[in-house]
Amino acid sequence: MQKTLKKYFPIFVLPTLIAFAISFLIPFIMGIYLSFCKFTTVTNAQFVGFSNYAKIFTNSDFTDALWFTVKFTVVSVVTVNVFAFLLALALTKSIKGTNIFRTVFFMPNLIGGIVLGYIWQLIINAVLLNAGVTIVSDAKYGFWGLVILMNWQLIGYMMVIYIAGIQNISPDIIEAARIDGANKFQILGKITIPLVMPSVTICLFLTLTNSFKLFDQNLALTAGNPGKQTRMLALDIYQTFYGRVGWAGVGQAKAVIFFIMVAVVALVQLYFTRSKEVEN
Amino acid sequence: MRLKKMVAAGLTLSMVAGLALTGCGNDGNTTGGDSGNAGSSSSAKDDSKDSGSSEGGSVYYLNFKPEVAEQWEAIAKKYTDATGVEVKVVTAASGTYESTLTSEVAKKNPPTLFQINGPVGYQNWKDYCLDLSGTDIYNNLSDKSMAITDADGNGAYGIPYVVEGYGIIYNDEIMQKYFALSDKAVDISAATDIKDFDTLKKVVEDMTAHKADLGIEGVFSSTSFSAGEDWRWQTHLANVPVNYEYQDDNTTDKAEITFKYNENFKNIFDLYLDNSCTEKGLVGSKTVEDSMAEFALGKTAMVQNGNWGWGQVSGVDGNVVKEENVKFLPIYTGMDKDAEQSICIGTENFWCVNSQASEADQQATIDFLKWLTSDDAGKAEVAALGFITPFSTFGDDLQPNDPLAKEVVRYMNDSSLKTVPWTAMLSFPSQTFKDNFGASLLEYAQGNKEWSAVVSDMTADWAAEKANSSDAE
Repeated sequence: MQKTLKKYFPIFVLPTLIAFAISFLIPFIMGIYLSFCKFTTVTNAQFVGFSNYAKIFTNSDFTDALWFTVKFTVVSVVTVNVFAFLLALALTKSIKGTNIFRTVFFMPNLIGGIVLGYIWQLIINAVLLNAGVTIVSDAKYGFWGLVILMNWQLIGYMMVIYIAGIQNISPDIIEAARIDGANKFQILGKITIPLVMPSVTICLFLTLTNSFKLFDQNLALTAGNPGKQTRMLALDIYQTFYGRVGWAGVGQAKAVIFFIMVAVVALVQLYFTRSKEVEN
Repeated sequence: MRLKKMVAAGLTLSMVAGLALTGCGNDGNTTGGDSGNAGSSSSAKDDSKDSGSSEGGSVYYLNFKPEVAEQWEAIAKKYTDATGVEVKVVTAASGTYESTLTSEVAKKNPPTLFQINGPVGYQNWKDYCLDLSGTDIYNNLSDKSMAITDADGNGAYGIPYVVEGYGIIYNDEIMQKYFALSDKAVDISAATDIKDFDTLKKVVEDMTAHKADLGIEGVFSSTSFSAGEDWRWQTHLANVPVNYEYQDDNTTDKAEITFKYNENFKNIFDLYLDNSCTEKGLVGSKTVEDSMAEFALGKTAMVQNGNWGWGQVSGVDGNVVKEENVKFLPIYTGMDKDAEQSICIGTENFWCVNSQASEADQQATIDFLKWLTSDDAGKAEVAALGFITPFSTFGDDLQPNDPLAKEVVRYMNDSSLKTVPWTAMLSFPSQTFKDNFGASLLEYAQGNKEWSAVVSDMTADWAAEKANSSDAE
């Protein structure tokens, strides 16, 4: 059995490998190459060395966007996970209609980001109308608008992952703890949370990367207005790419830096939460 | 536990892959939207195309205007029926032309006919633009100076195919109602008597005072500032003062401007904001479509836009504006020359033939363009698109008959007035410049920015963006 597996391994892996190469590996390598080029289309690129990277910092767009993105990520990672976990706790208690609630909370995740962005733009503008302002009147409305939107979209998804984690905890352990005299909070802090750490790892990872590379929602909700104050990294890259003649390469260079940053942040996070996981 | 780690690792991989794709694979995604179905039909056509191109080449037109997408496909079919030459039309979804073009051009069968928006667009696409001087379509141009030339003024790399005009569109029915009032503040008696900014201001402000009598919510429609909806101000309106600045120096492009006539810009911009149906604080949520709908529903009497806006007015449910009452006023800004100023007429749409397509395809495309502008059948098709064409081959009977297009033609033929060309706005340094200026104007409208800061930011940005695009060369 092992032997045949080994023998046919390359054949079975081949289709996936080809798909992976075509849709990911080749574009990715081309993308890195293009970041060192001046180009209009991918076929007429001229190598220009590091000048694209040097141009990134000729204005503060990139660093402003980075700062905004970091602030947004921190706030939304915390809020999304706290709310999702609380919901998961509530919906694993045996109350009536948990399945309906789970479905309802999960639903927003099925709607595309652009649509959500426009829907929330309408909602937020309708609310702000009472104060005679709109979402682009001040950067703080855009910021909190994005946080609300992100929460609304991701809480359901994260909740499902947490629910799976919580349900996986053996009732025996909890019963044993209760017999030993642990109160509700002790059970939560000493048993439930440590045992759902694998879920936490996944959820933190998902929210972190999703927030960091948020694009559709940002574009639809504020498009970076007012000024460029609510522009996140992905949107900045997009607008650099198309906004200026001859700057496509600079946008590409930003994208490469962006990739490295997200990869590093995500891997560091994985490493740290992974070390907190305990064997069941 | 093992399994979960595997899942986590799998997720990691897929997420990182997803990242890289959004970062570097934009091209692939952005072709979506409208061209989705065209994409599938293109692959079906490719086979037939290969056999076709060996004989005489084929045409692939990447259309910019979604509103006439279906007509173009019908035209393509007629041309194929008449000549046997394959014509494929793909329309980029609104606002995605540049990204669609970028990815389409890199494909094996790239567009042979595409469009650029002027000299700045030419700068980006010059490697792909064929010199069309000497072709029939160039010779058919009534004003050959409208074609796009290279830096030395040679060649014809972009051929304008439509002439458009914009100004202040007004509803004469409401204006007549106003001029019939016994306590009006002016002594003129028709909107056509408005010949300068001062008169316009007096009329508009008095109309605002009589809002209730006139049954309107404001004189001007919303000053739309939703994302991507601010081009009427940061490009079109700005064209007027910058054009006067160019005129003073007798030039068509400058590396730095002083925005000399910024007060004139402010004059009219403030007038729009102060006499609008929408409060200043709320303009950030308004779109051009909102503005046109307000006008169409009779809530406002005036709106700044171009002749392309007629479709948006007539297409609104419950439209109360009568065709014979829709007229243009020039955008007066309080210049000495107001009285002789006409509306702004020009074009942002230039056809280019892809110089990197095969020779047979290039020739097929040039023949297609000739058919569109010389052949009676082709001309009739183009006329049916409702375009005012810049070609001498189009007689009066082929001019469009929607009210705003007629107004544009009327202004073009009025020799007592000087039309404001689009030269200035075609030379605006980049989209980034326009976006920044638009954002500045929005902040000013909302009361968060001083006018002096708007002006200084605008001029600084102009210089910076001009420098950026020149060192990109």
